[in-house]
Amino acid sequence: MIQLTINGSSHELDVDPDMPLLWVIRDVVGLTGTKYGCGLALCGACTVHSDGQPVRACVTPVSMAAGKSITTIEGLNSTVARAVQSAWQRLQVVQCGYCQSGQIMSAVALLEENASPDDAAINTAMSGNLCRCATYARIRAAIKEAARASNSGGA
Amino acid sequence: MAAGSIVNLSRRRFLRTGLAAGAGLTLGVYLPAARAMHAEAGPGKAAGDLVPAAPFEPNAFVRIGTDNQVTVIVKHLEMGQGTYTGLPTLVAEELDAAWSQIRPEGAPADAKRYNNLLWGDSQGTGGSTAVANSFEQLRKAGAAAREMLVNAAASRWQVPADAITVRDGVVRHAASQRSASFGELAEAAAQQPVPQEVLLKDPEEFRLIGRDLPRKDSPDKINGSARYTLDVKLPGMLTALVAHPPRFGARVKSFDAARAKAVPGVVSVVQIPTGVAVLGRDFWSAHRGREALAIDWDETQAFTLGSEQITADYRRLAKQPGRVARKDGDAEAAMAQAARTVEASYEFPYLAHAAMEPMNCVIRVTGDGAEIWNGEQFQTADQHAVAAVLGLAPEQVKIHMLYAGGSFGRRANPQSDYVVEAATIAKATGGKAPVKLVWTREDDMRGGYYRPLYYHALRAGLDGDGRPIAWQQRIVGQSIMAGTAFEAVMIKDGVDQTSVEGAANLPYAIPNLTVDLHSPTLGVPVQWWRSVGSTHTAFATEAFLDELATAAGKDPVAYRRMLLKDHPRHRGVLELVAEKAGWGSPLPKGQGRGVAVHESFNSFVAQVAEVTVRENGGFSVDRVVIAVDCGIAVNPDVIRAQMEGGMGFGLSAALTSRLTLKQGRVEQSNFHDYTVLTIDQMPAVEVHIVKSAAPPTGVGEPATPVIAPAVANALHAATGRRVYRLPIELDS
Repeated sequence: MIQLTINGSSHELDVDPDMPLLWVIRDVVGLTGTKYGCGLALCGACTVHSDGQPVRACVTPVSMAAGKSITTIEGLNSTVARAVQSAWQRLQVVQCGYCQSGQIMSAVALLEENASPDDAAINTAMSGNLCRCATYARIRAAIKEAARASNSGGA
Repeated sequence: MAAGSIVNLSRRRFLRTGLAAGAGLTLGVYLPAARAMHAEAGPGKAAGDLVPAAPFEPNAFVRIGTDNQVTVIVKHLEMGQGTYTGLPTLVAEELDAAWSQIRPEGAPADAKRYNNLLWGDSQGTGGSTAVANSFEQLRKAGAAAREMLVNAAASRWQVPADAITVRDGVVRHAASQRSASFGELAEAAAQQPVPQEVLLKDPEEFRLIGRDLPRKDSPDKINGSARYTLDVKLPGMLTALVAHPPRFGARVKSFDAARAKAVPGVVSVVQIPTGVAVLGRDFWSAHRGREALAIDWDETQAFTLGSEQITADYRRLAKQPGRVARKDGDAEAAMAQAARTVEASYEFPYLAHAAMEPMNCVIRVTGDGAEIWNGEQFQTADQHAVAAVLGLAPEQVKIHMLYAGGSFGRRANPQSDYVVEAATIAKATGGKAPVKLVWTREDDMRGGYYRPLYYHALRAGLDGDGRPIAWQQRIVGQSIMAGTAFEAVMIKDGVDQTSVEGAANLPYAIPNLTVDLHSPTLGVPVQWWRSVGSTHTAFATEAFLDELATAAGKDPVAYRRMLLKDHPRHRGVLELVAEKAGWGSPLPKGQGRGVAVHESFNSFVAQVAEVTVRENGGFSVDRVVIAVDCGIAVNPDVIRAQMEGGMGFGLSAALTSRLTLKQGRVEQSNFHDYTVLTIDQMPAVEVHIVKSAAPPTGVGEPATPVIAPAVANALHAATGRRVYRLPIELDS
């Protein structure tokens, strides 16, 4: 049995310890906001937070996540997260939307770490999150807007 | 009256009444009727939900409930391009609804009611046609519903209908200070006769069209609740992965499933025409099961050529005349008279669509048919194909259209390839359990149906003033229409129109012009890819024209303007983009500015790219200015988004994407070797929309083909070197 906490709920799971966290989240726990895009940590669509750090769930064996606190897109509720999601809405970032859970998870992790990222910091944090619709210009603008909103106390 | 045959009554009315202020367009209404029950669920709805019939359903596109919610039934796939926003806007405009009360819902597969009006009797999404073919149909749907609501209010309040106004979802009679919501009038409106003709608004009266209304799909895509095919879960459903052959055309000779079946969670292993399917209780078990398969492939019929050999063959073929796609004057004779000639050839690799959501499909065989859950782009074709596999009538195949995690053309497959694969698995397993077919990224990358490899050879003759007097363009590449149901319509006199679009309609004033085509048949499956023929023709024509401008000693913008005097919309975007980009203003050393202009899908796009070339030979695209003329701008922000993203999609192909074959095997497998644009490579981008009263045209595709030539031309401005092959390698 593997114990892990997802979005504040504790789960005791009887699964193959090698099963990637992504498929545990999607197929076993049933949270589908976290997406599959490549299976090799090349696209970022599966990004979740493990004890606050962004990780690629598609290459994280569930055994490595044991005892960790996992946050998925469904569990976001911090001030920064709300600022990011609200900037995503105001700037109308999404197109097909499939990568956006991962984009948002990476953006929230970035802003939790760096309240005012410059372009270089955004590139470093976000260049592993692919978007085939190429919404990148709006993602960059939304991250900056979320940073401004968070820093001025509003979200 | 047939759908699409429209009686224009406005002229008669104008003749009768003179120019009535604010009069719009009166049109006869033929709209398919609603059905009594709705068994289809759209995105965001639980699979298989029964949608109760609403009290007021004036036609197949509008449903108004007593809860005051207006449901707009959207017949086109939402794959990012904004159909779930743009199409409801058209209904809401004429209905005078409040945007907040509008809710989109995916249409079921039913070509009688939901055909693409530009595709005859077929239902599907593509060719940037969603708004263009719906513009009148959905406004009529909204106007008809509005008239019935007004008549219901007039009857209830005993006042003349023309004394009633509607605004933001409220029906009002000012003189008596009475008002009602749509919901309050819904039941009464349903009793009103359906109008046989409606008056559409004059564009001056538009209140929603032309505004940056927020996308309807944004909230669910931001909080993770939007449902894609990958997210479908049905009771008892199994996940299927398929082991495909290593080369196109290979077949299973034999296989041993013993080890696969021993993997915990694997339920069954079956052979299907496209390979061997492993079904498991979840993705991981099916994946491990597939890895444990031992398969012996029969490759006697397999395709074994490599990209290099294909390109070499095409280069040889380009020395021979092909099928003529366009012939003006006598290019050969004019070439002999030219003061100077210029020649160039261009090479384009195979490209994968590589949508973020790899192909997938859910199927459930039921007692009286089959149900499909899919990011459904090609309803009619898929219905027929699945029906053929399962021995059903097409209408027995019900399709739930879910959001697609991108497509770029891939989910509209003329062979219904992955949808049929799901059906063959359901058939092979006796339809016992619902099946979710999931392709991994590797399956998707190596599964074929690519933008074909192309080769273009161009030659031009200039007169003493540098004007082109002769242009010969020879195009070599596989036809994407050959062997499909579209062949009869799209291949004329041996010329696949999609192979030459963008070249055969070259807008420049060149008196002697020939475009011809070779369409070799190869065993590599090919398909349309965002902007189709223009993906290669725009580059060849715009890079070559730039080279002619240089040869003529002319400014690239001025040279194009001179040759576009009879093409005001091309000129319009060209002049707008030049002005907004500061064309002609000085740039620091190492930087360059390039321009390209191209028409596709009846829209006109010009782009100016600015590049910086580093001393080590690398370069970056720093800024892109885009001008677009797509007729009436239904939602300017969605148009801007499509211009930004469409350009970015084209920039992947310009800078980095390339799919290659070696002895018939696809060399790439995932995003480490099939690289695509990343955020650090995305330029600053600004979009300018030409104000227009013309009917709206496509925006999903037309930005894509313009960026590669703009960047190549900018690199020439910065370095003096030309680009003849994509993706761009400066040292090549």
